Amino acid sequence: MDLLAAMNPGQIRLLIIVVYLLLLLGLGFFASRSFSGTRKDYLLASHSIGPFLLLMSIFGTTMTAFALVGSSGEAFKEGIGVYGMLASSSGIIHSLCFFLIGVKVYTFGRKYGYTTQCQFFRDRLDSDFVGLLLFPILVILVVPYLLLGVMAGGAVIEAMTGGAFPDIFPAKGPANGAVPKWLGSGLVCVVVLVYVFFGGMRGTAWANAFQTIVFMVLGVVTFYVLADKIGDGETFWESLKNATGKVADKYTTREHMSPTKFFTYMLIPLSVGMFPHLFQHWLTAKSAKSFKLSVVMHPIFIAIVWVPCVLIGIWATTQPIPPAIQSNANKVLPFLVKTMTRPELGGLLTAGILAAIMSSLDSQFLCLGTMFTNDIVVHYGGKDRFSDKQQVWIARAFIILIVAITYVLALQGYRSVFTLGIWCFSGFAALFPIVWAALYWRRLTAAGAVSGIIAAAACWFLLFRESGFGKTTNFSLKIPFTELQIMPVVAILGCALLAMVLTSLVTPPPSKATLARFFPAEKA
Amino acid sequence: MKHIIFLLVAALLIFHQDFWNWEKSDAVFGFIPIGLFYHACLSLAAGFVWFLACTFAWPDEIDMAEEESVAQEAH
Repeated sequence: MDLLAAMNPGQIRLLIIVVYLLLLLGLGFFASRSFSGTRKDYLLASHSIGPFLLLMSIFGTTMTAFALVGSSGEAFKEGIGVYGMLASSSGIIHSLCFFLIGVKVYTFGRKYGYTTQCQFFRDRLDSDFVGLLLFPILVILVVPYLLLGVMAGGAVIEAMTGGAFPDIFPAKGPANGAVPKWLGSGLVCVVVLVYVFFGGMRGTAWANAFQTIVFMVLGVVTFYVLADKIGDGETFWESLKNATGKVADKYTTREHMSPTKFFTYMLIPLSVGMFPHLFQHWLTAKSAKSFKLSVVMHPIFIAIVWVPCVLIGIWATTQPIPPAIQSNANKVLPFLVKTMTRPELGGLLTAGILAAIMSSLDSQFLCLGTMFTNDIVVHYGGKDRFSDKQQVWIARAFIILIVAITYVLALQGYRSVFTLGIWCFSGFAALFPIVWAALYWRRLTAAGAVSGIIAAAACWFLLFRESGFGKTTNFSLKIPFTELQIMPVVAILGCALLAMVLTSLVTPPPSKATLARFFPAEKA
Repeated sequence: MKHIIFLLVAALLIFHQDFWNWEKSDAVFGFIPIGLFYHACLSLAAGFVWFLACTFAWPDEIDMAEEESVAQEAH
């Protein structure tokens, strides 16, 4: 206690963050003790993940900086509509994807030994080119998603450690003495790298489960403490009423939100059907039945995390938020936590935010390492050329490379977490028709899939460029001859779907042998 | 049963477009804006529909295919 008394609030928060990060490192080392040394164990945890761990790791992976920092920030700007736009729609559509895509992909993965999406598509479409085309597109789409986490991690640590070491990190304003973004982001990268490097998929699943519990529990605690402070009532119930009572109607309704834009947001959660890191998580399941708990609990977990964040976001509109924080809505939640809670609790809550961020980063780093190893090195270098052990080391080397590249890119600029996330998700959602058709449409051909992928990539790039590469927040399209706004994902997904269907219909159908492998019921 | 589940999922997607709550600012229990409360309930309803789906519409052929794969792996 004497040590804590001698420290300033920023130092106390930093100490708690560091202790949390050390705990994660310990978990990674512990997981590495169960590592059998094989490639299958490192990349897929030997298909040993049961229902609870699968639920926690999948939920932790899909909820990122976007869920905590982005949702509260966006609710601060736009009001409660953000929940309906992304959270409740995700509750329906994510589970739909797990049920209809995840379970089927798992069965084929188990049957034919897949580890990555490219392997599945190559096999299903009898085309090497599909894998070659899909690989860079998936990598390009995962990188912004990775950047989200790395940037948000640095921003949160900086926001929470202000005043810690003014002599070492002098700066103007509230960032004086704070751990700078470049160092905070670097710290997050190194910790995730270490436990992924040593623990592989098992370490990632364990760390995800642990971090999911941490951010859910601490999220609820944050909500309780902030409600009490903002509402300032005699009872908690009264505080809740007071806090919402002060909020302007603009934030408690959707009066300024375009209904068509709200409607078209529903397409964005389809992105989980094509997330490569989720594909890999699905394949870790012990059995198809393990999916049931994830399918049922995912929407409920989303409500537990998002409802408090959205309420905190609208309550923040009644608080004196400095202009510097207002202009970067990602900092709203860290700012409230820092200014309204004790430093010890502030440190713990920061750990919760970092937990949400890192539980996505780890899977993404591991999945990119897996894709490079499987889809490039082993596929083109020759299966027999590398031993199991060598493949594990190749994956590890790629993971280090990817972490380094992501870190350098993150230093180039800090943009809105929400905007960057939407573009990334839109790209994956546009590829959804390809995976859907591969599983349920016998007539899908390799040429059809290639056309769909190229159409999605081209349309996504053109619109992303139009938005100033994410600089224009709230970028939307208008339905011709009307004032109705729609999300860019409609145009991107529509192009991909049209190109895929038309090309498939005018090209020769897949071979009977291929169809017999993927549509066995039809064969009978 | 699969058709009923399909209809329930379609109903969730339709009820998601709650234009009737668009401009309402009433607070349920005095603190949750009605638009947010409605969508939180929709998340719980989704959990229930997916529970029904997993209980009554689980694809049995998947389990059979999986048993085959596990047996092959063991072999």
